Amino acid sequence: MTPQEIFNILKANFGGALTEATISATGGSSATGYAMQVWIQIAPDKLRDVCLFLRDDHVMQFDYLSCLSGVDYQNGSFGVVYHLASTVHKHKIILKTLCKKEDLRVQSVSTVWGTANWHEREAFDLYGIVFDGHPDLRRILLPDDWDGYPLRKDFKVQEFYHGIKVPD
Amino acid sequence: MQDTSMLQPPTLPTNYTVKHGHIRTSTGKTVRTEEMIINMGPQHPSTHGVLRLEIVVDGEIIVECIPHIGYLHRCFEKHCEHMTNYQQVIPYVDRMDYCSAMTNEWAFALAVERLLKIEVPERVEYIRVIMAELQRIASHLIAVGTYGIDSGAFTPFLYTFIDREKILDLFEMTCGARLLYNYIWIGGLSHDLPPKFIEQAKDFISYFRPRIKMLNDLLSYNEIFVKRTANVGVLPKDVAINYAVSGPQLRGSGVNWDLRRDDPYSVYHKLNWEPQIGKGEMGTVGDCWDRHIVRMREMEQSLNLVEQALSTLPEGNIQAAIPKRIRPEKDAEIYVRSESSRGELGFYIISDGTASPYRVKARGPAFVNLSVLPEIAKGAMIADLVLIAGSIDIVLGEVDR
Repeated sequence: MTPQEIFNILKANFGGALTEATISATGGSSATGYAMQVWIQIAPDKLRDVCLFLRDDHVMQFDYLSCLSGVDYQNGSFGVVYHLASTVHKHKIILKTLCKKEDLRVQSVSTVWGTANWHEREAFDLYGIVFDGHPDLRRILLPDDWDGYPLRKDFKVQEFYHGIKVPD
Repeated sequence: MQDTSMLQPPTLPTNYTVKHGHIRTSTGKTVRTEEMIINMGPQHPSTHGVLRLEIVVDGEIIVECIPHIGYLHRCFEKHCEHMTNYQQVIPYVDRMDYCSAMTNEWAFALAVERLLKIEVPERVEYIRVIMAELQRIASHLIAVGTYGIDSGAFTPFLYTFIDREKILDLFEMTCGARLLYNYIWIGGLSHDLPPKFIEQAKDFISYFRPRIKMLNDLLSYNEIFVKRTANVGVLPKDVAINYAVSGPQLRGSGVNWDLRRDDPYSVYHKLNWEPQIGKGEMGTVGDCWDRHIVRMREMEQSLNLVEQALSTLPEGNIQAAIPKRIRPEKDAEIYVRSESSRGELGFYIISDGTASPYRVKARGPAFVNLSVLPEIAKGAMIADLVLIAGSIDIVLGEVDR
């Protein structure tokens, strides 16, 4: 299925949860027909329903969550990007969800795809995005008592960590 | 000075309550039993690096297994954002999965090339296939050798390292480095193949083919090894896909999925090969033995691929015409995945129109493959945990980035 068809089906089923679809001009490599750069934006509080639908619907069957990345878009805007693939139909789609710095909450999809568990912990660890409904949301790469979220663009390294000077 | 207090002792991070009960012994006594929490690692020979596994055991049975990672975290993604050129990222990528640096470089170069819509010369593609497949053999040789050690067989390890040295010699004569190459560049390669490379690579192929059989006789079909690995750590197909496991671990679970074929890149579609999948010959599909044998068979396959690529290697340039300063369009973004030795290595790159990447996310196969460990370790024996963790073939440099 093409991303446009996927978008149309989602639009018919979830109308209000979808804010826009952007057909990006980049990346359309001729040899592979690379379609991963087209993305659909989903409201953060409707995410789990849409993902469940994408996973279980027989024409979709997006059973493989390739990658989940947090992004800091600056000016107080954060996002989570989901790269989905289907091992059955071999099609791909990108979902994005945006949230504001004051309310960094996104629904967790770790009950939909097990792999999201660690990816979401990583996004929480490095961006401070809170995933509602995550079974075990704690830091994964950094120490538990680290200050701040390093991948944010406005991150300042803490000066001392347990009395040890942190190098710049 | 700020806080100079001692480091706090680590605590059990989940709200797990240790259960206890009572059993009656054969002499009629009632004995209290209790679950026990054991730390395996971070310094433990069979965790293949600095991985800490916190396990809750009931006798010898694992009730819960909680991996703790991050000991080797080097802020790879943050570093990338501070690079002044996309090319500068390549040496950092090398140090992610340090057992398989070539495939890492290729994955990143591929992502930037797709972002810039650069077509690389055909000779480059073939040389990249040769290097990546040799690297896959070298990486699988480490996996197989150390897996032998995990299961109590020390000898195969020595043999695999002798053979790996020969591959590293080939890399050394090509680019001067034995482990971290900085060889595959955006749009091309740092050096062309040296004059004697093809001859020596062919020598290696004819030398290594019988060695695979020898390794199989020594390890894969060794009765003790089979008994230790068959039916152990079974990873069912649906769990594997749900956890987005990739590479030999996914194929070991019987899923016919290989990005070289299913998300094609480079010239793999011109070469003659088939993904190797686990069939449960010694026990159940998806057990440790299946994962091991998939690696053994992939080595043979990679050898065939190298042979084919060497015989059809075209003449030509080793560098595509690329801008001196790489500046992708503003807000351009791409996710490109390729098959590294351990599975799906993906790079998600966002550009802000300047010469340094706005965001680079590395989706490491080792990180994702490890995340399924708590799932398959449940109910296993402690002694088997070493084998299960070993069969995942993690490289902590990539898990922690």
